[in-house]
Amino acid sequence: MRIYGETIASRLLLGTAQYPSPAVLQDVIRASGTGLVTVSLRRETADGAGEGFWRTLRETGARILPNTAGCHTVKEAVTTAHMAREVFATDWLKLEVIGHADTLQPDVFALVEAARILTSEGFKVFPYTTDDLVVGERLLDAGCELLMPWGAPIGSGQGLRNPDALRAMRAHFPGVPLVVDAGIGRPSDAAQAMELGMDAVLLNTAVAQAGDPAGMARAMALAVEAGRAGFDADPMDRRDLAVPSTPVLGLAELA
Amino acid sequence: MTTLRIAGAGLAGLVCGYELARRGARVVLYERAPTLGTASVARFAGGMLAPWCEAATAEPEVVTLGRGAADWWAQVTEVTRRGTLVLAPPRDRAEISRFARRTEAHRPVDDAAITALEPDLAGRFSQGLHFAQEAHLDPSRALQDLARGIAAHGGEIRHGTDAPRRIDIDCTGMAAPLPDLRPVRGEMAVLHCPEVSITRTLRLLHPRIPLYLVPRGGGTYMIGATMVESSSDRPATLRALTELFSAAFALHPGFAEAAVIRSGAGLRPAFPDNLPRLTCQEGIWHLNGLYRHGFLLAPAMAQRLADTLIPETGHEDTGERRTA
Repeated sequence: MRIYGETIASRLLLGTAQYPSPAVLQDVIRASGTGLVTVSLRRETADGAGEGFWRTLRETGARILPNTAGCHTVKEAVTTAHMAREVFATDWLKLEVIGHADTLQPDVFALVEAARILTSEGFKVFPYTTDDLVVGERLLDAGCELLMPWGAPIGSGQGLRNPDALRAMRAHFPGVPLVVDAGIGRPSDAAQAMELGMDAVLLNTAVAQAGDPAGMARAMALAVEAGRAGFDADPMDRRDLAVPSTPVLGLAELA
Repeated sequence: MTTLRIAGAGLAGLVCGYELARRGARVVLYERAPTLGTASVARFAGGMLAPWCEAATAEPEVVTLGRGAADWWAQVTEVTRRGTLVLAPPRDRAEISRFARRTEAHRPVDDAAITALEPDLAGRFSQGLHFAQEAHLDPSRALQDLARGIAAHGGEIRHGTDAPRRIDIDCTGMAAPLPDLRPVRGEMAVLHCPEVSITRTLRLLHPRIPLYLVPRGGGTYMIGATMVESSSDRPATLRALTELFSAAFALHPGFAEAAVIRSGAGLRPAFPDNLPRLTCQEGIWHLNGLYRHGFLLAPAMAQRLADTLIPETGHEDTGERRTA
């Protein structure tokens, strides 16, 4: 998978929040085989970056994608992006502008505006968006080179609430990398996203809150791989009626 | 008798000092802060002795190391043994069953049982978990009682003093020269609200932070605590306090009238697995990385150190030392 001119080895992207400890997070990153992890940034982080925590992350070799998680306005997101560029020395940025406290759904209007500002400043923006096609077009117009539609609200673990909308996105944006971000709860959800032709999935809570996070990370990695292999292998179409799979030649002529 | 020199009179230093002094060693603690506890992150602690609840998000060692903590503290200071009540707002009720699956030593409680435990919560929550064996204490009082206990056993705490170059035990928290150590910022607040009467630790299951409310007596309550990977020690943020206050309000709307006595932010020293370590480097013992489990795990770690320095079979008055 190529994003912003660079090859990302794994189609599983991981968030780094809510793990019981950095040691568990390290195990998870290794077990998942991911090459890209998101890290949310707060003002406190820039005041005095948690050096020990970053060191733990860097040791895994995964590339860091800073995240504007928890920002509610364009200004907040842009300020956080500037801090992120300084702290992590990267112009890659997961852009999240939250519009609603209960559903944590993206404020797509502010998202497009922030994306325009940040891409003009040279950021490579990974926008967390809904599955709306017009919003997707606006984000591409704003300079984003990929889209990250939600599967379900953040942390809800509901799986893909609207697979048809994701299928439509795939059809509407054939050459654009699509990453399902948020809502994945189980490995089957991840496999389903990949079977729909998504290029990758980004998840966090499903692994961080599992009883055995590293075990779940492995399961997710296998599901992503299986789903993608299934998509690449051009699955059969659904039919309404049964079609015998046993050979019809060579049956006994009884009449 | 040899003197054991301890750098740092925060929670770790005081607990080690007390345990060693109690076993007959002569201890001297060196503390940079001018008065007791003023530089210790323990002043922001909840003082919960809740190993089973903590195990929901920590390694199982927290239970093995922490289950004896209430008994250890009871010899030093007042320990309130009324258990922990775990609750969830109606929309997060599914969290209760998950928390129950991840923990032990609890029983499910319904509306009536919750009311029997905490009458002020009548009609507010339909289900929860009661961890009857858990306890809590008052951190600042515990530090004072430790200091008195050390003095009573012939030990000494020198405030406003840098440690000498040669020390035996390093309990300096984030100041210790341990490369794996990282700070985890935590924010808390203290409320005065005599209108609401809660007698045991309450935990409100929350998707982002483990929120708890610990009664301090006299209508005073401590609420905590955030966990941020940061070394910033600036005062608590509005975001953090908003989360803490709204959690208190969700527990009981009477907290709307609470007076906010103080808020604070501290940096907890932690190792990558968030478990404490007792190590020996160049002849100096280090007890560090107590993370958010200081009052819970310091006694077991101090006992481990004392077992090494003053073997159980040894005579208390010889204070035999090993610096392997």
